[in-house]
Amino acid sequence: MHLGGEHFVNKNSFFSGLKAGVSIAIGYFPVALTFGLLAKTTGLSIWEATAMSIFVYAGAAQYMSLTLISKGVDPILIVLNTFVVNIRHFLMTAALNEKMQSEKRWVKGIYAFGITDESFSVLATQKESKIATPFAFGVAVIAYSSWVIFTAVGHVIGANLPAFLQAAMSIALYAMFVGLLVPSMRGNRKVVMLALVAAVINGFFYWTGLLSTGWSILVATLVSSILIEVIYAKRGKNLPKGA
Amino acid sequence: MQKEGKTYRKGRNKMGMWYWWTLLGMALVTYIPRAFPLTFLEGKELPPVVSGVLRNIPYAVLGALIFPAILYVQQDNLLFGLIGAAVAFSLAFLFSNVMIVVLGTIGVLAVYSLIF
Repeated sequence: MHLGGEHFVNKNSFFSGLKAGVSIAIGYFPVALTFGLLAKTTGLSIWEATAMSIFVYAGAAQYMSLTLISKGVDPILIVLNTFVVNIRHFLMTAALNEKMQSEKRWVKGIYAFGITDESFSVLATQKESKIATPFAFGVAVIAYSSWVIFTAVGHVIGANLPAFLQAAMSIALYAMFVGLLVPSMRGNRKVVMLALVAAVINGFFYWTGLLSTGWSILVATLVSSILIEVIYAKRGKNLPKGA
Repeated sequence: MQKEGKTYRKGRNKMGMWYWWTLLGMALVTYIPRAFPLTFLEGKELPPVVSGVLRNIPYAVLGALIFPAILYVQQDNLLFGLIGAAVAFSLAFLFSNVMIVVLGTIGVLAVYSLIF
């Protein structure tokens, strides 16, 4: 459809989105498997457990809900807790919107369902200045499939991976975040500062226990993004549009 | 077995239909923060200051998502997380390919946990 050649074809297709999302699918595998297993021990049927992964699709919130359900916590509090844990996605999808190809609202409303910390990270660190809609669908679909399928599998087999593999695979999502961040840090001091300042602030909230994880990530991200922007605006050096 | 089956039933009955209402609520409050900015901001031109800050967010988020959580992937074993972090960063500096970083780090930690 275009003379842009391989580059254009590659970065805009559903298939290349699937490919870019493989590392998320690998990372979700052990987490979803364990969720299925824990849901079973909490007393949820396979339908109840899998339905949560299908309709909610939020790792941390789902894990917390299991603890709350087993303690018999009021459903309203479970829903409130879920909202608090996921409130940071307001910030992420607002940021992602700057990078997404212009598209009909209802279409964006569909792939928005697939935006997690991980799919956001993969999409937002693409080098292209604009991300095509099919690419976003590709990333979302493979990550979501892994999450849903391995929740069910975890419930059915009711057992974990061998201990050494389970332990080793617990690093997968973090290794992916590192793999996405470091190439952007090369020769770009602003990116280094953004990540570093946010990490330090987040560490501060973690060790002092002043904020829960969801809020801590939100505040650390926002403070770092604003602070570094102010510093660089004063120096007149900013990220190019595409970065 | 019998006893386990009973507690299981009891556990379910406690929530019963409420489970599905809870699920619906969880689904809604998870979806809204994802969908609202993407649909609401479509086609809107934000002030340069705001979009400047928004362009910073991915890298700040990654910093916060990685640290300090990467150190605690095995809660009782800080060394495990430290090794994982060191390997992941080294591989990322050497290869800038996400797959290599992910599989390589898993591989090294798998060997490590088999030995220790």
